[in-house]
Amino acid sequence: MRGSLAPGLLLFLALTIFVGITVYLFAIHYFSPPPPITMVGVQIDHQYDLTLYATGAAFVLAQLGLGWAVFRYRDRGKPARFTRGNTAIEITWMVMTAAVFLGLGALAAKSWAETRIAKASASAIRVDVTEQQFVYYFRYPGPDGKFGRIDPDLISAPTGNPLGIDPNDPAGRDDIVASTLTVPVNHPIELTITSQDVIHNFFVRELRLQQDAVPGMEVPLHFTPDHIGRYYIMCTQLCGMGHNQMHSFLDVVSDADYQKFLARAEAR
Amino acid sequence: MSAASQPVHTPAAASSGFFRRYVFSTDHKIIGLQYYFLALLAVTTGIVLSLMMRIHLAWPQAHWPFVSGGILRPEQYLALMTMHGTIMVFFVLTTAPLGAFGNYFLPIQIGAPDMAFPRLNMLSFWFTFAAFVCMLAAFVVPGGAPISGWTAYPPLSGLGNVTGPGEGMGQTMWIVSIGIFCIASLFASINFITTTIEMRAPGMNLMRMPLTVWAWFVTAVMSLLSFGVLLAALIMLVLDRSGGTSFFIPASLVVNGELQAGRSGGWPLLWEHLFWFFGHPEVYIAILPGMGVTSHILSNFSRKPVFGYRAMAATLCAIGFLGFLLWGHHMFVSGMNPYSSLAFSALTLSIGVPSAVKTFNWLGTLWGGQIRFDTPMLFSIGFVSFFVTGGLSGIFLAQPALDNMLHATYYVVAHFHLVMGVAAIFGIFSATYYWFPKMFGRMMDEKLGKLHFWLTFIGAYCIFMPMHFMGIYGGIRRYSDWSGATYLAALRPMHEFMTVAALATAAAQLIFFYNFFRSLASGAKAADNPWRGTTLEWATASPPPIDNFAGAYPRVYRGPYEYSVPGAAEDFTPQHLPPEAMLVNEGARNA
Amino acid sequence: MHESALADRAGLAAGNIGSGGGLIDGGGRRGGSGAAKTPDRAYVTGMTIALSGIAMFFVAIVSAAVVRRGAPSGDWQPIRAGSELWQILSLNTAVLLASSFTLAHARSRGRSGDENGFRRWWVVTTVLGVLFLAGQLLAWRLLEAAGLYLATNPSSSFFYLATAAHGVHLAAGIIALLLAAFRPVRRMARITAMEVASRYWHAMDAIWIFLFLFLIFGGRA
Repeated sequence: MRGSLAPGLLLFLALTIFVGITVYLFAIHYFSPPPPITMVGVQIDHQYDLTLYATGAAFVLAQLGLGWAVFRYRDRGKPARFTRGNTAIEITWMVMTAAVFLGLGALAAKSWAETRIAKASASAIRVDVTEQQFVYYFRYPGPDGKFGRIDPDLISAPTGNPLGIDPNDPAGRDDIVASTLTVPVNHPIELTITSQDVIHNFFVRELRLQQDAVPGMEVPLHFTPDHIGRYYIMCTQLCGMGHNQMHSFLDVVSDADYQKFLARAEAR
Repeated sequence: MSAASQPVHTPAAASSGFFRRYVFSTDHKIIGLQYYFLALLAVTTGIVLSLMMRIHLAWPQAHWPFVSGGILRPEQYLALMTMHGTIMVFFVLTTAPLGAFGNYFLPIQIGAPDMAFPRLNMLSFWFTFAAFVCMLAAFVVPGGAPISGWTAYPPLSGLGNVTGPGEGMGQTMWIVSIGIFCIASLFASINFITTTIEMRAPGMNLMRMPLTVWAWFVTAVMSLLSFGVLLAALIMLVLDRSGGTSFFIPASLVVNGELQAGRSGGWPLLWEHLFWFFGHPEVYIAILPGMGVTSHILSNFSRKPVFGYRAMAATLCAIGFLGFLLWGHHMFVSGMNPYSSLAFSALTLSIGVPSAVKTFNWLGTLWGGQIRFDTPMLFSIGFVSFFVTGGLSGIFLAQPALDNMLHATYYVVAHFHLVMGVAAIFGIFSATYYWFPKMFGRMMDEKLGKLHFWLTFIGAYCIFMPMHFMGIYGGIRRYSDWSGATYLAALRPMHEFMTVAALATAAAQLIFFYNFFRSLASGAKAADNPWRGTTLEWATASPPPIDNFAGAYPRVYRGPYEYSVPGAAEDFTPQHLPPEAMLVNEGARNA
Repeated sequence: MHESALADRAGLAAGNIGSGGGLIDGGGRRGGSGAAKTPDRAYVTGMTIALSGIAMFFVAIVSAAVVRRGAPSGDWQPIRAGSELWQILSLNTAVLLASSFTLAHARSRGRSGDENGFRRWWVVTTVLGVLFLAGQLLAWRLLEAAGLYLATNPSSSFFYLATAAHGVHLAAGIIALLLAAFRPVRRMARITAMEVASRYWHAMDAIWIFLFLFLIFGGRA
């Protein structure tokens, strides 16, 4: 029984130090992402913080409880307290846990619905996103507002038609294809995301949004950026040997700059 | 009841030769050890692979002696990662807890002479071994090992070489290996379930089974119902790769400039659904036995019954059941119907409830105890700590809105490594230290054990805690290096820290190996019941005789965790002790 | 290490009590020396468990087909191969269903001691099984004649996959039936071997009916 003081104390100290460091690093938002650039992004950050408080409390209580229990109840040569359990306590903490976890889920549902279930605004600027190993293509419909027909047989990046736009389709003549995504600030944007080969992904940290690009599917994603800047677009879905190199840029610009971008692209 | 009239279960050793006895044995104890040593081989391989990954991540320009060109290329990194994940999940975490310890101790803990189907048992081990050989073969076939991760999403995995190196023969070997593994698992689960139902000793009703038996039983049921689905998916993937079908391959793909002709509209998400329908129960298969072992050991070394035994058994069943309903939480951003995501999210959060109940009950078991800190107990305490830490990050990932920013980042890598790569491994370690005396008749060295525990405990937290922050910051997983986006450069110092911690922790495992093998050869002789435990494995010799109980099969009179019963002379009352044989002291309690 | 030696020995000695048992109370059979063997009912239980695992395999294939039907590409084409195909499949279903009845009949003949009746009806069952497999091959011929091969379109892929998987399992069942009835059985009573084999057979029949209904309502024009 003598021999149990050291390990019991050590465990208590180790767990306390561990809790201290962890809580400190999370509290100072160590390595937090850049601030969000959408209203929904702010909501998502808020939900993250809420979850952090709840799980943080559980973390502290459980780890310190563990540390305290093994220190306080180390072997001291006395009989252990014989008990088979306590149904009332069990039910209490089961209900409390369920309430907290499911409550968090219910609160988070709102942000999810806003980003995925709600439809994009009718005035949204639509951009097609086509991904392939290991590049992004962004296609704008051009002044006629219509996307040209795509024919996979016509896909040929070397001859300047990486998306396979049908040259006989008048709607496609004014389509703009770019390798970065340029959008005007404070304007709703709707992306339609697909892939030409394997599964990729479209992720912008500042939007707090990501979506897999699945070949054979066209998945919508909408957001309204409210801050001008250049932001990384990353591919998070393992897509082959170039996965770690695959990225692009989201350029949120002023209205004037956006019109300039469109004009330059049309001229080409 | 004459001895002559009943057909006797013939022990394998009574007959012949080395091969019959140790290689193609049908004795569950030998088979358990075979699984254990296979898992040791697999975990060593898996750790070496992970160290190579970690060294590359910290120092991407490092010179590798046996690599052509000297620098590790991205596809080589991805191959290491794929094989690391596959080997660890299948050949360590699905093999050691259930195949090794379950095989060895389930029959003994229920008072049976062997599993219900000893020859099927032997087959399931050798199929697993064959699967492992096949998996290793992927390294040496032309093109090398696959690069599609342990999740093998098509079309990356479904089109052959055109999508990347290793996707030809290497991916095929991977598929064949896992297919064989599925069949091995189905064999094993039939055995575990039938044995638990039909072979219990008299008096061993369900509520007197040790929680280890409950855990192995529920794990086997999950195995039974999930591996068949994986097998179906693998067959479809093979047909897509070699039979020209389009289960998962959409039409008109253009890969590397080549139009993939002859495909109709297959759906990649179909693979994701099938794979994760298996894949989610699989991770519970990896952790549940560790939970059973933790309950068992916490009780033994606190000298108290498990707090809330019934709840512990019920939560094992609840986790097993709910575990089949959650698979969509791996697919929140996949393009799946967003309403489904809300349903999967609610179910995923619900499974946090039985897990939390278990955690509270572990604390309740410790509370009021007289805790002895032998090495098995240290690892079980560590299990609780890592399970709490790893489990809580799951609460974030279970909310699709948060998954929007955390999916496929290092946050997820932190989560699953803490629960599977650490907690489940701690379960294996504590089971090893606990049952080593019983299996081998010798004690492991306590000092070395404690040193191993402390180094691993501290080291594992050093390796995996920083990953949370990397993920929140936007550190994407499965990246071979950080030369892509410039913001990733800020993560290099953290990667170096983690790599140093990983090297140190891996080195610490050498202490375990040294302790293990030296104790095998020359450890102190173990008594029948060195931990003063109550369950049936402690009622027989160390190691047990070939038929487990030398013909004298026990009858069970009480539950499995009768420690410090008031009025008893000892602080433990074995399950098989008849009431009339108990020594009772009216005044004093235990010695 | 202070062991209570008296108590332990008493506990071990007291273990020599034979009793049957079941799911709740537990208990393998015990011989006089305490040695136990796998009770016969364990083989039956084991087969039931195995069948659950096998069932999940087929459930996966069918649910994959259902999901694929609803997939975004919207290109599911039902099987068009003329009415002969469905006639053959219906006939095969009837044959397999009949074989379950002949199997049950064979066992009841066996139970009433009619060895010849048992053998006759058992063999009829296996013959019906072989006829079923032949009929399935014929169905495949009809599909090929209609230009539907494994890789032609999603519904044809599922058709071949489901019927091939089932056929392989049924072939194993035919072998099991023959072994159970005609080869010496060592590890269990013959009657248990027959029970085990017939559970498997009836399950294969049920799985076929499940697949057949799916093919009719799911895959058919």
